[in-house]
Amino acid sequence: MIGYLPMGREERRRMLASVGVDLDKLFDMIPECDRCKVEEYEALPAEGMKELEVVEHVQALADKNLNTVNYDCYLGAGYYDHYQPAAVKHLIGRSEFLTSYTPYQAEISQGTLQAYFEWQSYITRLTGLPIANAGLYDAASGAAEAVLLACRDKRRYKVFVSAGLHPESLETVQTYCHAAGIEVVVGEVDENGQQTVYPDDNKEFACFMIQSPNYFGIVEDLDLLVEKAHGVDALAVVSSDPVSLAMLKRPGDAGVDIAIGEAQSLGIPTSYGGPGIGYMAVTNKLMRKMPGRICGQTVDRDGKTCYVLTIQAREQHIRRERATSNICTSQALMATAATIWLALQGGSGLLDVAEQSAAKAIYLQKKLTENGHFRLVYDKPYFREFLVEAKEGVDLEKLNKALLEENIIGGLVVDGNKLLIAVTEKKTKEQLDRYAEAMLRLCDAQGGK
Amino acid sequence: MKFSKTHEWVKVDGNVATIGLTDYAQDQLGEIVYAEAEPEGTVVELEGIIGTVESVKAASDLYAPVSGEIVESNEEIEDAPELINEAPWDTWFVKIDMADSAELDALLDEDAYKAFCEEE
Amino acid sequence: MSRYKDTPLIFELETCHEGSRYIRPLDVPKPDFAEWFGDAYREGKPNIPDVDEISVVRHFTNLSAKNYHVEVGTYPLGSCTMKYNPKVNEDMAALTGFAATHPMQPDETVQGNLELLYHLEKLLNDVTGMAAHTFQPAAGAHGELAGILLIKAYHEDRGDTKRDTIIVPDAAHGTNPATAAMAGYKVREIKSNENGTVDLESLEAALGDDVAGLMLTNPNTLGLYDGNIEKITRMIHDCGGLCYYDGANLNAILMHARPGDMGFDCVHWNVHKTLSTPHGGGGPGAGPVGCNELLEPYLPKPVVAKKDDMYYLDFDRPKSFGMIRSFVGTFGVLVRTYAYMLSNGAEGLYEVAEGAVANSTYLRERLKGYYNIPYDTPSMHEFVMTGEWQKKENDCNTLDIVKRLIDYGFHPPTVYFPLVVQEAIMIEPTETETWRDLDALADAFIKIAEEAKEDPELLKGAPRYTPIARPDETAAARDPILAG
Repeated sequence: MIGYLPMGREERRRMLASVGVDLDKLFDMIPECDRCKVEEYEALPAEGMKELEVVEHVQALADKNLNTVNYDCYLGAGYYDHYQPAAVKHLIGRSEFLTSYTPYQAEISQGTLQAYFEWQSYITRLTGLPIANAGLYDAASGAAEAVLLACRDKRRYKVFVSAGLHPESLETVQTYCHAAGIEVVVGEVDENGQQTVYPDDNKEFACFMIQSPNYFGIVEDLDLLVEKAHGVDALAVVSSDPVSLAMLKRPGDAGVDIAIGEAQSLGIPTSYGGPGIGYMAVTNKLMRKMPGRICGQTVDRDGKTCYVLTIQAREQHIRRERATSNICTSQALMATAATIWLALQGGSGLLDVAEQSAAKAIYLQKKLTENGHFRLVYDKPYFREFLVEAKEGVDLEKLNKALLEENIIGGLVVDGNKLLIAVTEKKTKEQLDRYAEAMLRLCDAQGGK
Repeated sequence: MKFSKTHEWVKVDGNVATIGLTDYAQDQLGEIVYAEAEPEGTVVELEGIIGTVESVKAASDLYAPVSGEIVESNEEIEDAPELINEAPWDTWFVKIDMADSAELDALLDEDAYKAFCEEE
Repeated sequence: MSRYKDTPLIFELETCHEGSRYIRPLDVPKPDFAEWFGDAYREGKPNIPDVDEISVVRHFTNLSAKNYHVEVGTYPLGSCTMKYNPKVNEDMAALTGFAATHPMQPDETVQGNLELLYHLEKLLNDVTGMAAHTFQPAAGAHGELAGILLIKAYHEDRGDTKRDTIIVPDAAHGTNPATAAMAGYKVREIKSNENGTVDLESLEAALGDDVAGLMLTNPNTLGLYDGNIEKITRMIHDCGGLCYYDGANLNAILMHARPGDMGFDCVHWNVHKTLSTPHGGGGPGAGPVGCNELLEPYLPKPVVAKKDDMYYLDFDRPKSFGMIRSFVGTFGVLVRTYAYMLSNGAEGLYEVAEGAVANSTYLRERLKGYYNIPYDTPSMHEFVMTGEWQKKENDCNTLDIVKRLIDYGFHPPTVYFPLVVQEAIMIEPTETETWRDLDALADAFIKIAEEAKEDPELLKGAPRYTPIARPDETAAARDPILAG
């Protein structure tokens, strides 16, 4: 048997013959000039590998990586290594969730649909906004979709976006906006790493968007955002990590109109950047303009409560070029994974994960800065992640390379002389002490002033 | 009453044209779950979008049979979209202060519209 | 009594109120968070219930029992290519060496990941006849956007800004015009001829120097191969536009024909269709986009490159159109894709297409005479039939027919698409169905056609043996309840 084909060529020939079709003529509709004439491909092997060979080949590639189980990793920058209880992967590994199709046929997809509904519900509870969709690809494309949504609603094509956004989110917003003919004005954060300056042109902007906690881990002032945005008839948009929402003021409570964010932090493996899942939540007023799938509760013919994809008329398969977005397949299984994670953690568990991450980041930061080897760049409250500047003369790339020898993957080097360091609940005090000790020692060894 | 080929009806009073969706159109759409009219103050070109209707399986725009400024917009249809199905001739979307009433001449009268629907 | 468990929402299953079960207690000092965060702090537990683990596991297991899935039976969904999802691919994606790598790790620490992507790119290039691929797009529609943005960047680079229109066939999938609109283009529709393929006159009339490009899939959404494809791409090129190939139907032509050879400038894949990655109830998938040398400079950042013996992420791409998501791509899904490509090789992929076309053709022949098949031309990996006869003679429409199919233990095919056909039923069995499976599906359809004549109530009252009966979609859309 080749690959996963259950029928060999001979059986296929007989099957077709039984209905009067000649296998050899099957592809006659492709004219000779279109036929592929390549004899040998550059990379594609002529034959497939047997399963055992595939496993060996792919495992060998995996073994070439340094991973965050064998190394203590302090990277964040949008993706966070929070612990995923074992039950999650066992449940999403069930074929019923893994191999099922998009739930257009509600009668045989209630599992997926109720999972979507519960995901939406969790997101509304975390953000304090009443409506959430079934998910988007990630925070970066989510930020772009939020901007497009604001422009659709306000019918204005100019937006203000904070440079406190993850640089890749910002770049993605700019790419989408350039394509759609929307002007993006980028605002710099102030000397404390916060977005405090906003435009004051009335009715010029469709929205003001910030990220909180922002790229530097700093918590932004949502009340200020809302006051400034609504003051000039613009929508208030925030990109917010869901774990942070366990202990911070909720966007909905502050009066924000659109909240988006990356829900990978809800225990989804980092897996070199994907799959993750973006969330979006909006006010009631924006419900029908929101992109993506939405699941609603209804009853069936017999009066039984059930779930169904709804207000689909806004979507691409019906509205075509007048659709709210082109999004079709999204990241459903990851939404299910995040939902199960939240179910297992509960409010208590989620709060514990958030508090431990916050506390451990603060603990580490103080150790790094107490003797002047590093300086905290922004002296404002941060959540789970902070930016420090190295003493003059310290080569951070060299320092990180040395740390690899000690089984530590250090923080992200930013602007040459700064480190963006993230800490999650998984780290023990011993691990944090070890990292701090190594950092200070290596700093001294480099003779930094 | 006049009709457009995109299934809007038009009632004229002075220089103001009141516009709604025809019975044929609401029947084709099925049960309407949502409707929205463009807001007051919007200036529309001929065949510009003046509203939207959604059923479970379809969504359609309404197009201006005459150009002008929208002087009134019916907010009731957002709260009670079923009125469009139940009383299509009484449920209006927008009232337009016409820029050029001669545009009415290009629209269909009742018989021409009936014939048009039969062909569709 | 139903054999399906009643599943109240998870929020109604609140049980315990203790702290986290899964991690150690805090072993560093706990700051005064109210003081630390000031006004931004929110006191108290988040508004989500604490539920014990066994209740969570039972809840989601009982939910899962209500789902149809590929491993219980056929999904003859046209345009979706719901083939078997190999188990080994799941194991490969879950390897710690992959799953526990962080996207911001320095390139030298993830050489395995980068080598995998670099090699995968070369494999995808070979199959499509393209020069390079980007892995950024997270899904097919996202890939379409990337493809159109490549074309847009190309024209902008040439200083040609008057091209504001994309040509799309009327039979195209809804994502095509939606994507063109998102990219800031106007859409010009061209008609299909009575054979279901592109009407060349309609295309000729649509050409002009305002045309940026064409979006097309071949075979098209009716499963029909357009023998004029090289003429079509030439016509677009002659008027200065570029051609984008929607790869939704690649399963029909793998290794038999290549979009690059047909004259397309860029191509997208749906790996969750053609390349077997699981559908997950609606994703995650991935939509890698391939392009020729002309468009290569405009690819989104980063691309995977190699220098001497080191692989790295190349962000130094001055002509790139930007980014459409974070990081290099949906890596976990791409590992599965890679394993599938290795398992097949050229020989395997060739037979995938052969099996796909054979299975669809077989079903079509078995159903002739029972259902209206609007196009005479031989179809490829999918075919369209309609419920027209049943609607006219028995007052049973397509929806009734396919809901009854559920009672026979199958997932319905794609219905009411493409829009150019009334009461459409689009069937794509894929190559991973056995002869026995195909006969079972054909037999069920034939029985249903009979039932439509003898006892239509069987169709109208379907489905009967499912966890729920037909839902009230109107109520759901009129007064939406979207959270609990």
